[in-house]
Amino acid sequence: MSEQLAECFRDLPDYLSGHLLLSLSALVVGLAFSVPLGIAVSRRPKMSEWAQGVAAVIQTVPSLALLVLMVPLLGGRTGFWPAFAALVLYSILPILANTVIGLRGVDPILIEAGRGLGMSDRELLRKVQLPLAAPVILGGVRTATVLVVGTATLATPVGGMSLGNYIFGGLETSDYVATVFGCVLAAVMAVVMDQLVRLFELAAQNRNRRLAWIGAFAVLLLLGIALYGPLRKFFAPAPAYIAGASFTEQHILSEVMKEKLRSAGFTVNQRKGMAEGVQFLALRGNQIDCCINYTGNIWTVLMKEKEAAERPILRARVRQFLRQHYGVTCLGELGFENAYALAMNPKRAEELLGSDKAQWTVSGLAKQTRRFSVSVSGDLQFFRRPEWRRLRDRYELRFREKIEADPTLMYGAIRDGRVDAIVAYTSDGRIEKYGLVLLQDDLGVLPSYDAILLVSAKAAVKPGFLEALNPLVGDGGAINDAAMQEANRQVDVEGKSPRWVALQLLEVISARQKKQGRR
Amino acid sequence: MIVLKQVSKTYDTGQAAVCDVSLQVPTGKLLVLLGGSGSGKTTTLKMINRLVEPTSGRIEVDGRDVLSVDRVQLRRGIGYVLQGCGLFPHMSVADNIAVVPRLLNWSAERIEKRIDELLHLVHLPPAEFRSRMPRQLSGGQQQRVGFARALAAGPKVMLLDEPFGALDPLTRDELRNEFLQIRRQLGLTAVMVTHDMTEALLSADLIAVMNAGRLLRLGTPHDLLRHPGDDFVAALLSSPKRQADQLETLFAGRPNGGLS
Repeated sequence: MSEQLAECFRDLPDYLSGHLLLSLSALVVGLAFSVPLGIAVSRRPKMSEWAQGVAAVIQTVPSLALLVLMVPLLGGRTGFWPAFAALVLYSILPILANTVIGLRGVDPILIEAGRGLGMSDRELLRKVQLPLAAPVILGGVRTATVLVVGTATLATPVGGMSLGNYIFGGLETSDYVATVFGCVLAAVMAVVMDQLVRLFELAAQNRNRRLAWIGAFAVLLLLGIALYGPLRKFFAPAPAYIAGASFTEQHILSEVMKEKLRSAGFTVNQRKGMAEGVQFLALRGNQIDCCINYTGNIWTVLMKEKEAAERPILRARVRQFLRQHYGVTCLGELGFENAYALAMNPKRAEELLGSDKAQWTVSGLAKQTRRFSVSVSGDLQFFRRPEWRRLRDRYELRFREKIEADPTLMYGAIRDGRVDAIVAYTSDGRIEKYGLVLLQDDLGVLPSYDAILLVSAKAAVKPGFLEALNPLVGDGGAINDAAMQEANRQVDVEGKSPRWVALQLLEVISARQKKQGRR
Repeated sequence: MIVLKQVSKTYDTGQAAVCDVSLQVPTGKLLVLLGGSGSGKTTTLKMINRLVEPTSGRIEVDGRDVLSVDRVQLRRGIGYVLQGCGLFPHMSVADNIAVVPRLLNWSAERIEKRIDELLHLVHLPPAEFRSRMPRQLSGGQQQRVGFARALAAGPKVMLLDEPFGALDPLTRDELRNEFLQIRRQLGLTAVMVTHDMTEALLSADLIAVMNAGRLLRLGTPHDLLRHPGDDFVAALLSSPKRQADQLETLFAGRPNGGLS
């Protein structure tokens, strides 16, 4: 636990700074946009209905979806900007609505008094309407603050830096210390910022200069923390960006690449938990430098190929496609495969498919799904992937129940016998841990999923960049199936940190390569 | 001097609020607009400082057509007192009084002096009242601040919209007498709206009786009591007269005499 905590604190300056920068800037811009808009529409009932309607619709879009949607809407930009744009949109409704309500709630007698005394519209607004509406408007600002600070944790999947990196990274590697660490920090930050707005509210109400100064000092402090990240980035040499998707293996491999690049003298910045679709866009736009992906994944998702091809042909075509359409260099295979496969408990397999292990195939299972009630569980994306449609249609799979769940829960379900089969990942350490058997894809429907190392066009010409990573892909790859499974198992089952496991893995690799070199 | 010439106000909905009203308020005089609700008296008042824009006709204040003057400038030169006084709840007594002087960019020193002067004038000791908030004042005290605020920039013309409406009878009497005294002392030309006949008779130099948007009768209280000249006006004036007779009877010690 203390090792995990130490790991958390190591990343704290970056994540905290990123989170604050994102929240503060989104709030400031949201405020600067929503209050004037609220003022403008508050006198026109129709327009204010309309504006609030639009803001409410934005609010109903699930926050994660809104963040991810911002990536294509901003022309494929990843990182800070899409997260910022989504958070600004999110902050509008509470501030706008409260501005309108606050201004409308000002006693008409007071407005008439102001007019009658000779205030112009602008003076009336500044001296009477806004001060009287201020408590309600500030209430909206506080709501927006809590909302934005909370939602900023979702910047992680679009490549933004935030406390969400702890939460997502922790969930995916079963590191609950990191998850709780991130949640607690995000909550504390929300409370602190909420109370800060409250402080200004009190200072304004009681015309208390001292409170205002304390508040201003706190804001400066927060601003300082927020600017730490960008300033460090500005003064430090441009780092190499490593993207990683949101599962254990990716976290380990991100650390592996980081070590390799660091020892070659690069400053490294990890973008963990980036959605895969976002990664390809970022790679094409040179916003990230390298990442690990899988041939079958690119084959079905990007190339939209319907039929599987033989492994070497598939590899070559993926390589060619990436170069032509994305300008991305495929440096080579890492040496292992992480394919989708239907996995079962041997006992259940024997009940359903008989004791002859040659009959433990997808065809065999498919036949039984058409006769009995059989359930299957997959991760949150598999049943929406083309692979699933092809598998279902070619084998005529008729599962009674499809359960979509987080991988950790999915493996728990098959272990406890609450589900008959799962869609497992072949490099997953938990297959061995729970003694699962993989059903053979006897019709060859699924493509192969060789792990490949992808490098952006810009990074490929950085001196020494390819050389630093080459040892990972030389000779058909440095990490074989068994090594990757073992590494995954150590994280998922034994609770080791991805970083520790990565260092172990690198030691094994370099020892082996030295031995081969001597020979 | 305030002059209204054939002034009418018809709202966009087609509803006529004021119809062809002409009247004059000589400099230094108090005209009371008297009528029931919906009679058009408040609309007439608000057209003078252009809180309501007339549909037709001409309004002059001190010889100038109000439509030719910038609305905001016009209002800064006319004191305005509302029913329930309309003090700004987020401002102290001093800040409320200072509203118009600040709009006129007076120096801070001059404003401070003026606040004290006005608080003395309306019988609120500055030391005690300057920094109070409106919610810490009684209704009568609030209305005094309302007067002080309207008088702050030294207007020559005052408009009062049922200024004593929300006060208890004792306070109302006291405040009215003080106001009348201040008005005479400062030589203000004033227009006051009320639906209270007694108040109109006791305050006004001139009374304008309105009903359904029309001016029924214009004259001094004395004139009106003697020659109502209109059934509605007569009916309106009969009640204070009857009350006065009853009171007189009571004072004279004849029990129930007034009711016989």
